[in-house]
Amino acid sequence: MSNVLEIKNVTKKFGDFTAVDSVNFDVEDGGFFSILGGSGCGKTTLLRMIAGFEQETEGQLFIRGESMKGIPPEKRAVNIVFQNLALFPMMNVEKNVAFGLQRQKRPKLEVQTRVTEMLERVGLIGFEKKNVDDLSGGQRQRVAIARSLVLRPSILLLDEPLGALDRKLREHMKIELKILQKEIGTTFIYITHDQSEALVMSDRVAVMNEGRFEQIDTPKNLYKHPATSFVAGFVGESNEFNIAGYADGILTTEHGCKLRKPGLDFQPGKLFMRPEAIILNPSEDLIDVERIPMKIQAILFDGSNTKISAHIEQGNDKVLISLPQNAEFEQLKEGDNILTGIHHNDLKCYQD
Amino acid sequence: MKKPINSTFYLLMVPVLLWLLLLIVVPHLDMFFRSFRFENDDGLMVFSLNNYLSFFEDQIYWLTFVQTALYSIGITFLAFVVTFPVAFYLTKVIAKKYSSFMVLLLLIPIWIGELVTIYGWMILLSDNGVINNFLIQIGLIDTPIVMLYTNFSMTIGLLYMSMLFMIIPMMSALESLDDSLIEAASDLGASKWTIFRQIIIPYTTPGIASGGIIVFMLVIGDYVAPNILGGKSSLWFTEQIYNKFLATFNWNEGAAFGFLLLLLSSAIIWLALRITGQKLERVGS
Repeated sequence: MSNVLEIKNVTKKFGDFTAVDSVNFDVEDGGFFSILGGSGCGKTTLLRMIAGFEQETEGQLFIRGESMKGIPPEKRAVNIVFQNLALFPMMNVEKNVAFGLQRQKRPKLEVQTRVTEMLERVGLIGFEKKNVDDLSGGQRQRVAIARSLVLRPSILLLDEPLGALDRKLREHMKIELKILQKEIGTTFIYITHDQSEALVMSDRVAVMNEGRFEQIDTPKNLYKHPATSFVAGFVGESNEFNIAGYADGILTTEHGCKLRKPGLDFQPGKLFMRPEAIILNPSEDLIDVERIPMKIQAILFDGSNTKISAHIEQGNDKVLISLPQNAEFEQLKEGDNILTGIHHNDLKCYQD
Repeated sequence: MKKPINSTFYLLMVPVLLWLLLLIVVPHLDMFFRSFRFENDDGLMVFSLNNYLSFFEDQIYWLTFVQTALYSIGITFLAFVVTFPVAFYLTKVIAKKYSSFMVLLLLIPIWIGELVTIYGWMILLSDNGVINNFLIQIGLIDTPIVMLYTNFSMTIGLLYMSMLFMIIPMMSALESLDDSLIEAASDLGASKWTIFRQIIIPYTTPGIASGGIIVFMLVIGDYVAPNILGGKSSLWFTEQIYNKFLATFNWNEGAAFGFLLLLLSSAIIWLALRITGQKLERVGS
């Protein structure tokens, strides 16, 4: 499979401020690629450079092997779905979707056919003559996507498109977008601060922090094997501990809890434990498992996402543990002492 | 939930009512009744439409009005053409912190007042004024170009005042136009000209229309600029009204002409709104 996008050492500076710092990556054709990061990490700037609204200070950008230096947005085979959707308020749904095709001077019949086809795909048949201001958030979303996809771009860029939607609709749209991408086959590049969106929809995710990519990997690998402490803390939930010392294969947290973690070849500064990696009442015959006595402070009920807030007896570090909602642990309550366990491999350590 | 009506409500209504009554309703009613008063052959004042009819009977009156209307429409259009690039620059190109200061500078002539501004134009345009002296000094011309007391100088004076009243509604309309709309259009393949024609103009049309209405009404009813800067040809309809009141002392006819000006210019605006497909509520806001 060829690369539809190649980014080589791209840097963007605004005066003294470096928004994007020497970024390198390739995106394969036909995939769903996400850039995940918090506010101000540079992902929007990077997206705008791919679209052509900003010029890179250094580095090169290639789409289908062609350099995009000096090529304006209207000449790139890239289309963008803006965060605020930017639907044209003076046009109805049909005219919005047809806009790009009309810029290409397509014959009327072709425009009509393709617009209808695309509206059908996004489930908006019957909405053609409606004013965009009369639509719901989800419907406007779909018009924005239709407007860009109808042009069959090489890359569709999506700038945090689900932010303005309510939770249920967001969950629904995540799946819809994923299916849409697979059906149409256009490469999607999706930027978001919501790691759940990135994990559910993407083939590969780049985690971005302060203008740099910390890790580019499949969602599963990012989750299971985070390369840096930033990724460990950002992707999925984690209990984070500062490490005061490491000697003879034993970690000591800053609050005094001691945990065995053999085989580290560096001085760790941070430790991460996932809430679901902590085993409640581990059976005797489990090996390579560190046993940690804890005391339950509170049970935070949230359906399947229920957590126990507990203190580690040694040192009083606070910990969140996932509590499966089945009969096995029904009897646990606040104030209980429990024995927990965690595999040595699930103790993720980093230098800083 | 409506607030209960009490004495405070009535108290607050008084200034509004006084304003409406004394400054608007009463003077208009007075003029309105005057316009129907006509001295018949016996020397008695009777109710009559003759004041209005004389406008249509004497060619010079309605021809003058037509000229005034055409010039006013032209000046309104010119005001748009001149103001739009400036408004666009101030809202979309330079940073916000500079634009408010620059708008303040642009609006200084309003604070100075129409009359003094017009005197300024006289100094610039007169035969031994600033422009002519400069052109003669650098050797471009030998004898002064006649610019003052012509239709040209009158148009310049009116246009200058119009620009000032056009810039604010234009800037307000352009400011509300989100940059992402322009970027989206660009992304979808639109050239700058297409963006102007299909995105910017349709979006700002209500703002342009509301600015245009203000300018048109101000220009068609202006007396000072045509009178001082214009030539002897007496092109402007307001001069006819002036003459009725202060030259021939025929207040009744003057009143009728005044109302005719109001009615006819309103009709022109109504027509323009219908033609361009605008609704008054949208423009008036």
